[in-house]
Amino acid sequence: MKVRAARFLKSSEFYLFLVIAGLMALLTVFTEDFFSVENLFDVLMSYSFLGVMAVGLMVVLISGGIDISFTATATVAQYVMATILIRHGGGWWLAFLIPMAIGITLGAVNALLVYSLRVHSIIITIATLNIFYGLLIFLTGGKWIYNFPDWFARGLSLFAFTSSGGKTYSFSLSIMVLVAAVAITGFILNKTAMGRQIYAMGGNPEAAKRMGFNLLRLHLFVYCYMGLLAGTAGLVQAQLVQTVAPNSIVGRELEVVAAVVLGGASLAGGAGTLLGTVLGVALIAIMSNGLTLMGISSYWHQVVIGLIILASVSITAFNRKREERRHAGIEV
Amino acid sequence: MNQDSFLELRNISKRFHGVQALNHVDFALQAGEVHCIVGENGSGKSTLIKIISGVYIPEPGGEIFIDGVLQREMTPGRSTHLGIQVIYQDLSLFPNLTVAENIAIRHHLEPGRLLANQKKIQETARYAMAKINVSLDPERTVEKLSVADRQLVAICRAIAAEARLVIMDEPTSSLTRQEVDALFAVVKDLLEKKITIVFVSHRLNEVMEIAERVTVLRDGVKVGTYDAKAMDDRKLSFLMTGQEISYSSAKPEFNPDRIALEVRGLSKKGNYRDISFRLRAGEILGVTGLLGSGRTELALSLFGMNLPEAGRILVNGKEVTLASNRQAIAEGIGYVSEDRLTLGLVMKQSVGNNIILTVLQRLLNRFYLIENQKRDTFIRERIADLHIKISAPDIPVNTLSGGNQQRVVLAKWIATRPRVLILDAPTVGVDVAAKGGIYDIVKRLAAEGIGILLISDEVPEVLSNCHRILLMRKGRVEGEYMPAEISEEELGRKVNEG
Repeated sequence: MKVRAARFLKSSEFYLFLVIAGLMALLTVFTEDFFSVENLFDVLMSYSFLGVMAVGLMVVLISGGIDISFTATATVAQYVMATILIRHGGGWWLAFLIPMAIGITLGAVNALLVYSLRVHSIIITIATLNIFYGLLIFLTGGKWIYNFPDWFARGLSLFAFTSSGGKTYSFSLSIMVLVAAVAITGFILNKTAMGRQIYAMGGNPEAAKRMGFNLLRLHLFVYCYMGLLAGTAGLVQAQLVQTVAPNSIVGRELEVVAAVVLGGASLAGGAGTLLGTVLGVALIAIMSNGLTLMGISSYWHQVVIGLIILASVSITAFNRKREERRHAGIEV
Repeated sequence: MNQDSFLELRNISKRFHGVQALNHVDFALQAGEVHCIVGENGSGKSTLIKIISGVYIPEPGGEIFIDGVLQREMTPGRSTHLGIQVIYQDLSLFPNLTVAENIAIRHHLEPGRLLANQKKIQETARYAMAKINVSLDPERTVEKLSVADRQLVAICRAIAAEARLVIMDEPTSSLTRQEVDALFAVVKDLLEKKITIVFVSHRLNEVMEIAERVTVLRDGVKVGTYDAKAMDDRKLSFLMTGQEISYSSAKPEFNPDRIALEVRGLSKKGNYRDISFRLRAGEILGVTGLLGSGRTELALSLFGMNLPEAGRILVNGKEVTLASNRQAIAEGIGYVSEDRLTLGLVMKQSVGNNIILTVLQRLLNRFYLIENQKRDTFIRERIADLHIKISAPDIPVNTLSGGNQQRVVLAKWIATRPRVLILDAPTVGVDVAAKGGIYDIVKRLAAEGIGILLISDEVPEVLSNCHRILLMRKGRVEGEYMPAEISEEELGRKVNEG
């Protein structure tokens, strides 16, 4: 237990945690509205779908690949779901089933392309991002979708409570999905043989091949799981804003990549933790929220996020070099 | 057939794209023996291993017997099932996983396994480690282990897979002498468990220490299998190359008054301490010592890539500060790195482009573009000068043999017309027969007045090529020896002391 605590104090998650705590303290002092149930709940609600996608992306990064196309997957999934629900009706089961099935299908396309073409996944998924999204816009004319059925507008909620200000908060759909995504992903990565194989493949793909891992099955699992979570995130986002606008999620993929990398997942594969990813998303969410509350133009958000990423990777690189130098030294 | 043979290969041949990699080879392994396979690059060693492990299928007519039973179809899965495990040179470990998970990696691949059983993984790892008296922290991630410990993890993994035959490809190439001894102790433990061991190695002297029998391959043909006790370096070299290798020990003369490089009291904490020596123009000064003795760190400092904390460096009598490799090159210092593959050459580029890398400035015309004619003449001269055997200067370096690659690296540095050339392990991975050619070049460069610092852990190499030898240990110069005054055995013992 002691060892574990010491390890945590040295981990990148702990640094990230300190940065977030410091940032929250600053925002509490310098803005009026930041530290309130209402605001924190808003941040949680509006970023949870990005969190869900970040968790999926983390799995892909651990396996040694990357997926850029997930925003397009989410968009296609929510568009098809909204169209069917509005035209033919249906219940929550259909609202979940459609985006999940679409996500898995598009994920399988990515997996098969990455596996059989043996081209780096970043190229493949940039291509599929454009293909998925382009086809959607072409076929639909990019029309926005409103007027969801009432039951969909009401959403799902558990443990509702009313604050002193008279507003009602609850354990809503977006939070439920985020919690489920984190829990299930944690279970898969740490407790299943498949999850351990994903880590192993990311750590040394050549060795995985020699050991006789079923690489096709692993690729299919990883990219389909990413697609499944992206599709679900599409549902969450559509329910949150009660609109499906084809351009509202696409374009945010780098924000998610940034969050996951901030959380310590390695672009080289084989490394990444759920706690880190959740903290990475939290940092970006709180930063954006804080800048908004301070009345700073949203264009600056991107600059600040860029700076945070640069600072974070610089610190990581610096620490690694220092570590290497310490190991390389010999006693004289 | 032989009763106690574990494995027997009969009449094995294999062709790749018209190249005969193996030609009617017979090979047998007795249960519980240590058998070495030696041969130069391209002699068919790796092909033979891959046939045993089921990666390649031999041409029709070849037969594989295991425990006296003819194997109709050898696949990687089948060979694993029969207890054959190959430990490749890169070890094929998963650096981000723990020791225990690496050892018990097959656990995750069991058919129908859904959940990973940590308890079982720990048990398997402990069992495998106990079997060969190894104790490593099962919870440590493999990337934090030394190369020697990683090798133990790979061996434990083979044991966890119920290996009856463990084939190790170049197992000693990145180990220090003490680590090699520890590895050989583990090998003896394996033998007691009736596990058969095959070593594939370049390092003949180590091979002879542990092997019971040696099989020599040359150009895809088996030269023979011999009793290791009846063999020595010289005989093996002859069998491997078909030619008597004798290095001429004649060394070029030099003028003892012209000092090319002087180092006074050079120190860097954690690297080396209080190093002083003089290198004369035309002298070949050997630096030997174990891995980690500080020899490579010292070389990097002299090449401006590892700034010393104290002491002085004088080149041609002038004190210099070497804070970058550009400064070192400007002062006339060249450095041929130990790691030719990753640091010395741009593998996918042509031989010609590699040679001109260090001298691009000199080939520019007045528009600051490279002048083709000048470049081509320059490349031709260098290739002819060092007898690099290639069909054309535009073939990529990674298609050349180790010996020819090393010549390209040397050509690149000679092109800078250095005063001092530092050679770090210049013949690692170079075939026995090609080593002589490299030595000849080194001696010729010295005769032209270049001061040469030859860093090597191969005692015979420094003895037969250097005028003087410095022995480094734990960051210090422990002694200075003249080759005529010390025997190979004595110097070897001093290197490994302490």
